[in-house]
Amino acid sequence: MTERTATVASRVGLHARPAAIFAEAAGEYENLEITIRAEGEDAEEGMDAASVLSLMSLGASHGDKVVLAAEGDGAEAALEHLAGIIETDLDAE
Amino acid sequence: MSEQDMMNEQPRRDTLHGVGVSPGRVIAPLVHMAPAVSEPPEDEALEGDAETAADRLKAAALAVKAGLKERAARARSESAAEVLKATALMAGDKALVKNASKLVTEQRLSPERALWQAATAYADQMRAMGGYMAERAADIEDVRARIVAELRGEDAPGVPQRREPFVLTAEDLAPADTAVLDPDVVVALVTASGGPQSHTAILARNLGLPAVVAVEGVLDVAGEAPVFVDGAAGTVVVAPGETEQEAVRAWQRASEQLASFAGRGALSDGTVVPLLANVGTGDDARAAAEAGAEGVGLLRTEFCFLGRDSEPTVEEQADAYTEVFEAFPGRKVVVRTLDAGADKPLPFLTDATEPNPALGVRGYRTDWTTPGVLERQLEAIAVAKQRSTADVWVMAPMIATVGEAARFHDLVVAAGLKVSGVMVETPAAAITAEQILERVDFVSLGTNDLTQYTMAADRMLGSLANLNSPWQPAVLRMIQATARGAAQASERGAEHKNVGVCGEAAADPALAVVLVGLGADTLSMSPRSLAAVSAVLARVDAAEARRLAELALHATSAQEAKEAVRAELPVLADLGL
Repeated sequence: MTERTATVASRVGLHARPAAIFAEAAGEYENLEITIRAEGEDAEEGMDAASVLSLMSLGASHGDKVVLAAEGDGAEAALEHLAGIIETDLDAE
Repeated sequence: MSEQDMMNEQPRRDTLHGVGVSPGRVIAPLVHMAPAVSEPPEDEALEGDAETAADRLKAAALAVKAGLKERAARARSESAAEVLKATALMAGDKALVKNASKLVTEQRLSPERALWQAATAYADQMRAMGGYMAERAADIEDVRARIVAELRGEDAPGVPQRREPFVLTAEDLAPADTAVLDPDVVVALVTASGGPQSHTAILARNLGLPAVVAVEGVLDVAGEAPVFVDGAAGTVVVAPGETEQEAVRAWQRASEQLASFAGRGALSDGTVVPLLANVGTGDDARAAAEAGAEGVGLLRTEFCFLGRDSEPTVEEQADAYTEVFEAFPGRKVVVRTLDAGADKPLPFLTDATEPNPALGVRGYRTDWTTPGVLERQLEAIAVAKQRSTADVWVMAPMIATVGEAARFHDLVVAAGLKVSGVMVETPAAAITAEQILERVDFVSLGTNDLTQYTMAADRMLGSLANLNSPWQPAVLRMIQATARGAAQASERGAEHKNVGVCGEAAADPALAVVLVGLGADTLSMSPRSLAAVSAVLARVDAAEARRLAELALHATSAQEAKEAVRAELPVLADLGL
């Protein structure tokens, strides 16, 4: 299992437009099961990163840390890419 | 005749009465807004194979997603498209379908019930989080209803999607229902509730659609029955005949005459009454200029803010305002600063949990709870002003004290802007207009809210439609008090203080005459009303306008005031207004 921690950069947190952009990007990796959870939670708590509803229910605010996890070919590159999205202020664009 | 035979007969001729809010006459079949989707019973069990049911669930979710995406592509505005796209994403959400499928296989629930439960769990979770997230709960419930309707083979809730023209009827219409309404297909609006200032009324006037609100009995009329709608008289005739067909033809002839405005509002004696437009975006402003508007009497700046989670930057705002200013080079453009709250909530400014938002922190008052937004907006307006030649005036909404007006004036001057004013929407502002105008340069009457607050009648309540009319003599007296206060302040300051009207009242040609008679200097309205208002103003002189205003002031009800004035203006009947 590969994991990557990222800090939410969007001022509004990981909701609304930033959540939609992130979920769509995570959905692009069809052969990987990518999960997301708040830092400090158990790995089993990880939710589907491609689900906008899961992201919204995570309720991550600006500055919160989240953990992305995936297993399989290309997991490392995928998590790097997705962490980059979380660390961008998507609402400013 | 048996009851069954009665049911099979053609619909019986019948005339229903309501409040006409947007003129025009049409005949088309009546179509009801699809009803809300009912909750599947808690114990609705799965019939047949779980795998097939899970496949059906997934297919239904994807069909709803595709339908919403297609509507997003056709939406009239970018903000409507954004809402539809976000909803589409939720409909196709993998976790939602997965959770529902699990309920099908593990608890052997019907796919309808399973989806309902899975979506409700998310909605409840969002609601518990409060604030902005709580507002998203309604979006999830909308998705829930759509997928369940799809599974059942029912019509999706909301405005029916059709190709042939029809008259849309509903209890009332919400902004979300009307965002993607196609005026080529929906040819008139009839609602059972709602008043002259409801969203339905405002939308109808913007689109030029005939509309009648507060029509008792319309929800009982059978779907598909042909109806005649007269948006000026406020009548709906079921199973119309030759008389109504002739009335439609007469309207078509008259509306050709009313199709254009020469670009200069004046009374028959030459008294100039500039006719301006209410606009909300750069596109609106260009359309208004095209329609001959002499300027902008109300620029609603909410368009930069709505549908956003955070405040737009000064630069973003300046670009948006510049677009509007450039449509009116050398002309007056009155900018209203942000009017959030009540029916226009903004997650970063207003508190959605206020028990009575119409009397809450809204308009200028949001500057107390979220300082800085107003100053940055004024800065953006000043930047945009520098880039164009428009004559920029700025006004604050929802002012109740002289002190607020004075402080707003100081902020406007500090931003480097010249002309400051306030909206008169509260009785408090109307009766202190003289003192207010010693501090600011102009006032603009927002008659929709002024009516609601003077009459203590919620503008969204159909049962109060008669109270909620700008024809109410008490409202007219508030307008008169404002104009008198302005006249006194002008005399003392030796400088004319402009009194504008930018509420929907100015768009009613008969009421426009009364407003001028009461002392309004300028009228601002949706561009579609310019031609009709100018045609009627051109037939009366200042003395006649004052006489008609007196007539209305002394009536005992809104209805009586309106009838008395209309009876003295035969031009209205000539033009089919």
